[in-house]
Amino acid sequence: MKKYSDTGSKDTRSGFGAGLEELGNTNENVVALCADLTGSLKMNAFAEQHPDRFFQVGIAEANMMGIAAGLTIGGKIPFTGTFANFSTGRVYDQIRQSIAYSGKNVKICASHAGLTLGEDGATHQILEDLGLMKMLPHMVVINPCDYNQTKAATIAIADYDGPVYLRFGRPKVANFTEIDAPFVIGKGDLMTEGSDVTIVATGHLVWESLQAAEKLDSVGISAEVINMATVKPLDESIVLKSIKKTGCVVTAEEHNRFGGLGESIAQTLVTNNPVPQEFVAVNDSFGESGTPAQLMDKYGLNADAIVSAAQKVIKRKK
Amino acid sequence: MSHDNLQAVVSQVRRDIVRMVHAVNSGHPGGSLGCVEYLVSLYFKHMNHHPKDFKMDGIGEDVFFLSNGHISPVIYSVLARAGYFEVSELNTFRKLNSRLQGHPTTHEGLEGIRIASGSLGQGLSVAIGAATAKKLNKDRSIVYTLHGDGELQEGQIWEAVMYASAKNVDNLIAAVDVNEKQIDGSTNDVLAMGSIGAKFKAFDWEVIHVKQGNNLDAIDETLTQAKGKLGNGKPICLLLQTEMGNGVDFMMGTHKWHGVAPNDEQLLSALSQNEETLGDY
Repeated sequence: MKKYSDTGSKDTRSGFGAGLEELGNTNENVVALCADLTGSLKMNAFAEQHPDRFFQVGIAEANMMGIAAGLTIGGKIPFTGTFANFSTGRVYDQIRQSIAYSGKNVKICASHAGLTLGEDGATHQILEDLGLMKMLPHMVVINPCDYNQTKAATIAIADYDGPVYLRFGRPKVANFTEIDAPFVIGKGDLMTEGSDVTIVATGHLVWESLQAAEKLDSVGISAEVINMATVKPLDESIVLKSIKKTGCVVTAEEHNRFGGLGESIAQTLVTNNPVPQEFVAVNDSFGESGTPAQLMDKYGLNADAIVSAAQKVIKRKK
Repeated sequence: MSHDNLQAVVSQVRRDIVRMVHAVNSGHPGGSLGCVEYLVSLYFKHMNHHPKDFKMDGIGEDVFFLSNGHISPVIYSVLARAGYFEVSELNTFRKLNSRLQGHPTTHEGLEGIRIASGSLGQGLSVAIGAATAKKLNKDRSIVYTLHGDGELQEGQIWEAVMYASAKNVDNLIAAVDVNEKQIDGSTNDVLAMGSIGAKFKAFDWEVIHVKQGNNLDAIDETLTQAKGKLGNGKPICLLLQTEMGNGVDFMMGTHKWHGVAPNDEQLLSALSQNEETLGDY
């Protein structure tokens, strides 16, 4: 099986910052807004290099979303930056009316998503954002897996005309996808080929899925891993093609099992080709304080949890 | 456009409003009637705009955002009468498959509408974004908004008010329809806001009071004055003292016609008080 190696751990939010910096130099219509988290979002380089196109709005996320919507009317491509919790739940109605329903070309860029935000605890660890965003008609929802892919996705969404939710995280994680590989919205990536089980993962769980595939391989189970960076629109064909071989699926995400990637995959399966599915996700719970690794362990979001889910779902095959 | 011609548009817009809400037995006539003079003055005299060549980006022209989207009848009538779309389309208001949704939206591609509104408190932020884009584009046109006074109870308004002065958004004229009424009663009874003017001043806005918000000459004078104050580092707030239901005697002086349509008899009475000047749709 194909093996991946960590070329040097980096945080995905730095991938966003690098992508935004590049856009600042290549696309003069790109503007950026931040709600008092410029350093956390790694937006400093853009802010310093393009002060006329960077808008510090203070701790006022609702206003930030509205201003972003208004900026599009003059032909600008606004990238908003704050934590995932404040990018979605806090401003849901602003996004719904002024951005999504109004069809505005706003890129909602959200860091510190999920449990891996760590010690700040559940007030900041949103595990519902993918669901909130994917329910909005025509909202594109992207959750890249590492630094390289986050950078590529940031650059790619500037060329897409319409609202996008781009989700990334705080901690340093393995960087393993190809550097400067172009990001294609709505296309899943086949990471490893296998025949016994399909693992569909998004965000930080893609690396864990690759580790799980190696562990499964060592006990004679052949796993196919799909990196589903775009949660919506969902690349159904890559999943349906894979399950023709494997006949079962594990989904893995740093999100509540309700509303996340797993639910979207389940809908694809039941309407096309029902096969057993197991969910590696947070089980209808808030998070808590702890280190990212401790939290991912406690809430069952790591390679070992994926291995167990794979073994279980294989037994359910008829 | 002369005073008499503007007054003729005002009368026709009032007829359109009551006929639209009567036809579907729903909609918001009270606030719509109270803002007729302001919107007619804007669209028929003060704004530099291109009704026959609507472009979403509004580059090179003045743009208006209706933040209190429930008074959609008045904006639809004014847009149609100004030439953005056929007057006959007013007949589709709030009906299935219409571009004239209960609250305005860009979703159906209606010319003249640049943002959805209805959920209150969002329009000022959007206008600030549009005004900021104009500055980036070196476009010296003006951004106008209209808000209800009850709408000022939404917190996002004050985020936007704080931002606009802090960031010198001085190509923006935001009007508040001060009719002192909201759905549940008078604004003083529901949630007293004290001096709205003092609040805007405390946030370092330029504030202009218009005591006769239903008088075309008073509005004309105020808008001329307001435009002269643009570009001085401060956003401008117009406090329009209007009368909800203005122009229809039985709708005036009460909050009860905020969101209620007239019956057949009431419609005839309302129409008899407003002359058909430009032809009913």
